[in-house]
Amino acid sequence: MLRKMYDWIDERLDVTPIWRDIADHEVPEHVNPAHHFSAFVYCFGGLTFFVVVIQILSGMFLTMYYVPDIENAWESVRYLQTEVAHGQIVRGMHHWGASVVIVMIFLHTLRVFFQGAYKKPRELNWIVGVLLFFVILGLGFTGYLLPWDNKAFFATQVGLEIAESVPFIGTELKTLLAGDPTIVGAQTLTRFFAIHVFFLPAVLFGLLAAHFIMIRRQGISGPL
Amino acid sequence: MQKGKGMKFVGDSRIKAERQRNVPKDYSEYPGRTEPFWPNFLLKEWLVGAVFLIGFLCLVAAHPSPLELQADPNNASYIPLPDWYFLFLYELLKYEFASAEYVVIGTIGIPGLAFGALLLAPFLDNKPGRRPTQRPVAVTLMLLAVTSVIWLTYESVAAVDWEERAQYSVENMADVEINTDHAGYEVYANNCMSCHGENLEGVPGMAPELIGVPYDAEGIMDIAQNGIGEMPAGLFNGTDEELNQLAEFIVETNSEGEGSGSEEGGESEGGESDSEENGEGEEESA
Repeated sequence: MLRKMYDWIDERLDVTPIWRDIADHEVPEHVNPAHHFSAFVYCFGGLTFFVVVIQILSGMFLTMYYVPDIENAWESVRYLQTEVAHGQIVRGMHHWGASVVIVMIFLHTLRVFFQGAYKKPRELNWIVGVLLFFVILGLGFTGYLLPWDNKAFFATQVGLEIAESVPFIGTELKTLLAGDPTIVGAQTLTRFFAIHVFFLPAVLFGLLAAHFIMIRRQGISGPL
Repeated sequence: MQKGKGMKFVGDSRIKAERQRNVPKDYSEYPGRTEPFWPNFLLKEWLVGAVFLIGFLCLVAAHPSPLELQADPNNASYIPLPDWYFLFLYELLKYEFASAEYVVIGTIGIPGLAFGALLLAPFLDNKPGRRPTQRPVAVTLMLLAVTSVIWLTYESVAAVDWEERAQYSVENMADVEINTDHAGYEVYANNCMSCHGENLEGVPGMAPELIGVPYDAEGIMDIAQNGIGEMPAGLFNGTDEELNQLAEFIVETNSEGEGSGSEEGGESEGGESDSEENGEGEEESA
């Protein structure tokens, strides 16, 4: 039955080569913790992706309750935190996941760096990886404002002042982020929401796809 | 790739009509003790993922995510603090060479240089040798950068009074019930409410909240009559008995708030967060 369904799909879409591209490869000995325990350092990249998936899923559920406007944002987060079933867990996963993903991507970057794994032919993948790091930091920064509590508001104000200190384009940059050259308010919240939920995740997905396709093309770097 | 005449397609699509056999690639010549990714290695990865998830959920269950009071742009006393992973940038701005007129060095100069070098690392460190010993400059610079990030983060964390910050948390918000039957409440309503709010919560930009004030009854009576700070004297119009009732009311409301506040306070955000199972001690953002 399953076989027939697979054949029916395969006849029309020829999925076998795609499937082979994704799953049909050998895991070399030097990255397999079953053979060398020190190979656990190769887990950090995968765990980063794992936490990113947690962030995407928990974030999707958070938007079911979150209201991105200054009157209701804080109230909706408080309601989610105190009244909604498992709301505390879902928000907790998103909150702590934001920290853990940074820890993981930091460790992953250090692993790749100290092994010199970014050397030819893997320069492009390193660049995509560092861009992913920037995007994740950006997600952390924009997500911080969304609960609209005092911590969020004042930290964002500092962040926007830093953006403003950029020479030549500072004011424009701040206006782009905050919606106004001086006020941190309703516009800022909706803009940060849009950046956090639509713009940066779109960039994130594109870069992740590029990262993984390149890994599959080139394979993991060999042992030192 | 097969080319040329005689190719057959499924319908008018670009899918080849001849079925290829589903044969795995041949890895017999691949060096070392390899293992197929699917399904052998993936099952082990899931195992690691499951253990990681358990640790992560323990962290989530043990430490509910913090929420402070709703943003109040007029709150001038609030000390801003970014999330822990931006603390090193924040701390950098406290150095003399990276603040005031040199702030561009702290906001763009040093971080831009560091992250730019990180981005272009493959081109700056372009010799073929991969071992750390074969590229001492790159490795030294990275160790230096990591050390300074950790040091700056530590400095910043050490400078923060975490117990004081815990007061900002919504859980530690004094949950007072206003006793509207109290004789002093009517006095309060007639004299103070227009500035200090219906529930003593204060009005942003006008008057502070009256919950958590450090005064005793006499102090309150003195302030009500003679003013304090921006509050002018003579706002209170009433008899001495009413003044007594008012002070009694405010003191009573305050003592209630203290009681419930400290009960919750001990439980919640006071403790440092434990490092989670992967050994990271840096999540002390609480």
